[in-house]
Amino acid sequence: MTEAKTSSRALIRAFVAVALVFLLTAALARAEPLTIKIGYVGRAEKKATISLLDYPPDNDGVAGTRLALDDNNTTGKFLNQHFLLEEVRVKDGTDPADVVLQLADRGISFFIMDLPADMLLKAAEAGRGRDLVFFNAGAIDDRLREEDCRADVIHTAPTRSMLADGLAQYLVFKRWLRWLLVAGSHETDKLFADALRRAAGRFGARIVEQRVFEDSGGARRTDSGLVQIQRQIPLFLQGAPAHDVVVAADESEVFASYLPYRTRDPRPVAGSAGLVPKSWDAAHDQWGANQLQNRFMQLFSRRMTALDIQAWSAARMIGEAAARVAAGDPQTIFAYLKGPDFALAAFKGQKLTLRDWNLQLRQPILLADGRTIVSVSPQEGFLHQFSELDTLGIDRPETKCRLK
Amino acid sequence: MKSNHLSTVMPALGKAMWRCVSAGICVTIAFAGDARAYKAYVSNEKSNTISIIDTAERKVVGTIKVGQRPRGIAITKDQKYVLVAVGDDDTIQMIDTTSNKVVDTLPSGPDPELFTDDPSGRLLYVANENNNTVTIIDIERRARLGDVEVGVEPEGMGLSPDGKILVNTSETTNMAHFIDTATRQIVANILVDARPRFAQFKDDGSELWVSSEIGGTVSVIDPVKRAVKRKINFTVPGMRQEAIQPVGIAITHDGKTGFVALGPANRIAVIDAATHQVQKFLLVGQRVWHMAFTPDEKYLLTTNGVSNDVSVIDVAALKVIDTIQVGELPWGIAISQR
Repeated sequence: MTEAKTSSRALIRAFVAVALVFLLTAALARAEPLTIKIGYVGRAEKKATISLLDYPPDNDGVAGTRLALDDNNTTGKFLNQHFLLEEVRVKDGTDPADVVLQLADRGISFFIMDLPADMLLKAAEAGRGRDLVFFNAGAIDDRLREEDCRADVIHTAPTRSMLADGLAQYLVFKRWLRWLLVAGSHETDKLFADALRRAAGRFGARIVEQRVFEDSGGARRTDSGLVQIQRQIPLFLQGAPAHDVVVAADESEVFASYLPYRTRDPRPVAGSAGLVPKSWDAAHDQWGANQLQNRFMQLFSRRMTALDIQAWSAARMIGEAAARVAAGDPQTIFAYLKGPDFALAAFKGQKLTLRDWNLQLRQPILLADGRTIVSVSPQEGFLHQFSELDTLGIDRPETKCRLK
Repeated sequence: MKSNHLSTVMPALGKAMWRCVSAGICVTIAFAGDARAYKAYVSNEKSNTISIIDTAERKVVGTIKVGQRPRGIAITKDQKYVLVAVGDDDTIQMIDTTSNKVVDTLPSGPDPELFTDDPSGRLLYVANENNNTVTIIDIERRARLGDVEVGVEPEGMGLSPDGKILVNTSETTNMAHFIDTATRQIVANILVDARPRFAQFKDDGSELWVSSEIGGTVSVIDPVKRAVKRKINFTVPGMRQEAIQPVGIAITHDGKTGFVALGPANRIAVIDAATHQVQKFLLVGQRVWHMAFTPDEKYLLTTNGVSNDVSVIDVAALKVIDTIQVGELPWGIAISQR
């Protein structure tokens, strides 16, 4: 009798326990996922390019963000987290403050930005005091990480000096030490030329001469333009001192792509054409990159660009932090990203981390010739006491950044 | 490389011999010469070949041409086939161990990389990097039984010794997914450090080790509590932290010593598997990736991708005693039980 009672009591207890577990599980399953909203603020204009192959796709950058959101949401399935994206385009030269504030009013705290430096600074200033976190995915200006650095802007785009240093290390490894530097006449071209000069000085190359290719405002696409170009380029380069390589600084896409195979002397071209330093390339397939490229191709039916990976990295940083801290608020996520445990796996063969003095994402630089990845910098032998990735770009002891 | 999951399960003959050896008798019967000869099969990712190594002679005795980009490799429990995932051909090839020829294929999902079989040797669980699934294959019928959806870029595959829990690691989601093999449902997801590559249970099922290539750590997971109980870190003097990229793991049958391949750090870390302290680093070839014990556990063979060779480690002495040149970019390794 007692035994029967005990066992029936045990049965009831077991039943209640099972029911409780069932209810709890059901409640958990129904719990609203933690929703994290990300804003993408990009440029309305697209830059003109010499080659049709380099013409930026309409969804350049934001496509990378979308893929990262897919990746975050697959992980989010297991963590009850969900990521949403809102995309806005702004015209060059306009004030992005309203755009940022409107998005912030809609509950967005994380902004992935592809804007020119001045517009980015205005956008961030508009959000001051509202606990917004900005990811600069587009602007490569060193000053954004130096004198104009901000405590609320993380940079996933590499800097001009990182790109120039990545290229310079390889040219020095090749012992192509005599550079003929050709720069465009626009401001950004001059900045890249400055970075290349600095790189030459740091790593032991010599600039034998500098020339400026004036942009006279011609169209990039003309019928029978080729006939003229193959005569103009050798004329422009003639009479230069002996050099191993022609290094071009032409972010404005005015002339650099016309240099290869048209130089006066048979010399390789590097910089803005020929061997190009960049954060990503359509041909990059090492360290698992092939899988990312495949996922991207399946979604967007095109190849992934440097801007795509820079935006992907930003959105993945948010997803990675949210998974680690099990939270979606900007303070907690930002604190994790700035902390010692943060590392991003981004298909570059080693972990990417943040430089704590200016919030720049450390990253290897790919050297691409348009068909394959020729090399990846830092090159072997360029040593550093903390991280060899810090041989690329402006390092801690030289920084002008005071985060605020 | 799933090889050590498969090769650690000894067939009756091997087990008897092991007892023989550990009891200190009939050693002379068991060993003709200084070591028994086993065959090690090494997948050469770039050459699209398998190198066959005679472990007693320590040299390559044959080469098998296989499909595109061979990586994960293992031997079936009945020792009849070497299975090799040829990722760029989206399939797993079956090599007859008698004829050393590719005789059949298994229907994996796209871009298979690593796999493990169940204790009966009947089912194969395959991680397909390209579509976020684990595929279950009936080896005998060469048939696909189903898929389990996991995180982004599934890679490492480990099975608990009782066969009840399958663990898959996903490289971009950064989790170890615990899958109930009976229901084929995910029952737990454990966050580990960035880019988890490999999952290895201790033989007694008391611990699961998961390596994180980019995170630079090995997470030791309590399979009952389903929680990380500690992380093993690696500091090699004079080596930058980014170069330390743990990938392959092997743990001795007695659960006392663990070996972790550190990739471009060109070293195998030897770990006291009870205290989880790193005891020493063994310098091997360049970009060491995976490894497998000989069935007698006297030797541990590692694949060194960039230097195109295999290092032979004397397990008792904890010394690298030989290097064997193989094909280009050796990736995985599996060793026969006889």
